[in-house]
Amino acid sequence: MTSSTTEIEQLIGKEYDKGFVTNLEADTFLPGLNEEVITALSVKKNEPPFMLEWRLKAYRHWLTMTPPEWAFVSVDPIDYQEISYYSAPKQKKELKSLDEVDPELLDTYKKLGIPLEEQERLAGVAVDAVFDSVSVATTFKGKLKEVGVIFCPISEAIQEYPELVKQYLGTVVPQEDNFYAALNSAVFTDGSFVYIPKGVRCPMELSTYFRINASNTGQFERTLIIADESSHVSYLEGCTAPMRDENQLHAAVVELVALDNAQIKYSTVQNWYPGDKNGKGGIYNFVTKRADCRGVNSKVSWTQVETGSAITWKYPSCVLTGDNAVGEFYSVALTNNYQQADTGTKMIHVGKNTRSTIISKGISAGKAQNSYRGLVKVLKSAENARNYTQCDSLLVGDQCGAHTFPYVEVKQPSANVEHEATTSKISEDQLFFCQQRGLSAEDAVSLIVNGFCKEVFKELPMEFAVEAQALLGISLEGSSVG
Amino acid sequence: MLSIKDLQVNIGDKSILKGISLDINPGEVHAIMGPNGSGKSTLSHVLAGKDGYTITGGSIEIEGQDLAEMAPEKRAREGLFLAFQYPVEIPGVSNIYLLKAALNAVRLHKGLSEVDALDFLTLVKEKIKLLGMDEKFLYRSVNQGFSGGEKKRNEILQMAIMEPKMCILDETDSGLDIDALQIVAAGVNSLRSESRSFLMITHYQRLLDYIVPDVVHVLSDGQIVKTGGPELALELEQKGYGWIGQEA
Repeated sequence: MTSSTTEIEQLIGKEYDKGFVTNLEADTFLPGLNEEVITALSVKKNEPPFMLEWRLKAYRHWLTMTPPEWAFVSVDPIDYQEISYYSAPKQKKELKSLDEVDPELLDTYKKLGIPLEEQERLAGVAVDAVFDSVSVATTFKGKLKEVGVIFCPISEAIQEYPELVKQYLGTVVPQEDNFYAALNSAVFTDGSFVYIPKGVRCPMELSTYFRINASNTGQFERTLIIADESSHVSYLEGCTAPMRDENQLHAAVVELVALDNAQIKYSTVQNWYPGDKNGKGGIYNFVTKRADCRGVNSKVSWTQVETGSAITWKYPSCVLTGDNAVGEFYSVALTNNYQQADTGTKMIHVGKNTRSTIISKGISAGKAQNSYRGLVKVLKSAENARNYTQCDSLLVGDQCGAHTFPYVEVKQPSANVEHEATTSKISEDQLFFCQQRGLSAEDAVSLIVNGFCKEVFKELPMEFAVEAQALLGISLEGSSVG
Repeated sequence: MLSIKDLQVNIGDKSILKGISLDINPGEVHAIMGPNGSGKSTLSHVLAGKDGYTITGGSIEIEGQDLAEMAPEKRAREGLFLAFQYPVEIPGVSNIYLLKAALNAVRLHKGLSEVDALDFLTLVKEKIKLLGMDEKFLYRSVNQGFSGGEKKRNEILQMAIMEPKMCILDETDSGLDIDALQIVAAGVNSLRSESRSFLMITHYQRLLDYIVPDVVHVLSDGQIVKTGGPELALELEQKGYGWIGQEA
């Protein structure tokens, strides 16, 4: 048979639907970064002196560092003096309850499908809403407090629970860990803080919803979750931003600590603005996420669905310190048009009988580049450590790329490390078959991609699984096969 | 139902179908037989709208509507069904999900609402019984790890759910043992009705023992060289395709 020239014509492109801007009076710092700005930030946040010291130490170290260049992405140089490091909606007075939150803000979250009104209990999810540099509302705080769970903005935790913060902040991701983590440590503005006391199973899903609104502003959020002995928590994170022509920086740090027998499940649906179809604009998502499974039998599970951002640089990792600790990483990363993603994980086996599982699904469409980068490291101390890695790539069309960079370092002979990788393409036969069953080409692609991601989606909490599937469909619209 | 007039089809510069004419009335079952390379599969692909073929002359219509102008999914929703010779696998997509998506595509096209989940389950369970399939099939990924016979039965299950008016069976008998063939044939026969037509494409007469056609056509080198009743198939079986070639 000669050439079969399938041209699934440019399918109706749906625009990024979270791209609106909320007009609010904001309190915004002038662009620029120096010790005075950091001091002003710390004052603004009403922080105790130890925190300012901590920030300045990070800043001074950051000045000596250079951005990492090993990732398979091309980034235009960022001028850190052009960014504003603080922007917050103006609040007239201290808020006593959610009823006092600016209706414009409540409206914004409603539009995004996140009802903050606590009355809407049916949702059964506690939400911390972070808008630019501040947390604007946290729901269900009281109810969680009854069982001893602390769920609040980290800026509040720094004031209210300084001892806990001091004990854990920076112990998983040190200030000098990497360029973006150091920057974040110096200028982080808000994020969520979670503490689950001994023996408590958190009665509801906790979630943070990050929204970048202001232009020319970086978002530097910091999240710290501590699961004390034999506790259990499931945490969800969602992200969106308006459509803007310039790139915006999001450099977050997330630290998780699991003590003996504790379990943390951390799920992300990342839908930052990816830029337009010519590659203009979009968020730079440079994030350091790491968990320390410090206790025996502790377990941390990362699940991420990454569909947004112009560039993603992100490796949620687990340090398996405690004996019998378990680390898991389930990931779907979809890139379309000119998006670039270099994402994966690190599993560091320290304790005996530690186990890790990595399931990574990369989907590339349009002219996008999608890389999996993963490290499995087994230290001498990690007797009988086991790892299983499965890394699948799916290509939609023939102008995109998928790359796999696995790194394996094993110092313990009893370790068992397995790696499987596949790359496939949506075949014309699959598409034609689905169309012959009445599905449009677009629905067919979405169906096949969803099937490809199934192993990851089944790890997501119900509310997120539905959102993630819909998101994949939208993110793929306009991509052509053939 | 289906009207093909002087259909000429190329793949690239190569002429594959060289003027085929065929009329299938509602309720009729036609068989097209022919040796390898005669253009049988090309015909089924062109009718269903697969890419990679160029229609250089003639017309194809379903109930007076020009098929050639319709996208493949539109043809499917209008009631043209192709049971594939090689059904594809779709990892991670459950059979029941595909069946429901297919049925809803047809229903929405007809201006009906999407099927209710409970009604759908009842419908599917009834149909899989018809084909002697286990309910477990519904929850497995589409065709993944299915035996040849299971794949072909699955095609007929999709047909039973979508209730098309024009069914094309492309080499449905290939790769089937006699038991599987009988089950598949029984499934097809149960779907025969006064308003539903069938076009069976096959190399061997074997299938026609179980699904008895009204009309048999012989395709050779892109042309229909002989048309007759079911007895023509038996004659072919005895004498082979060489006989047709000589006579034509």
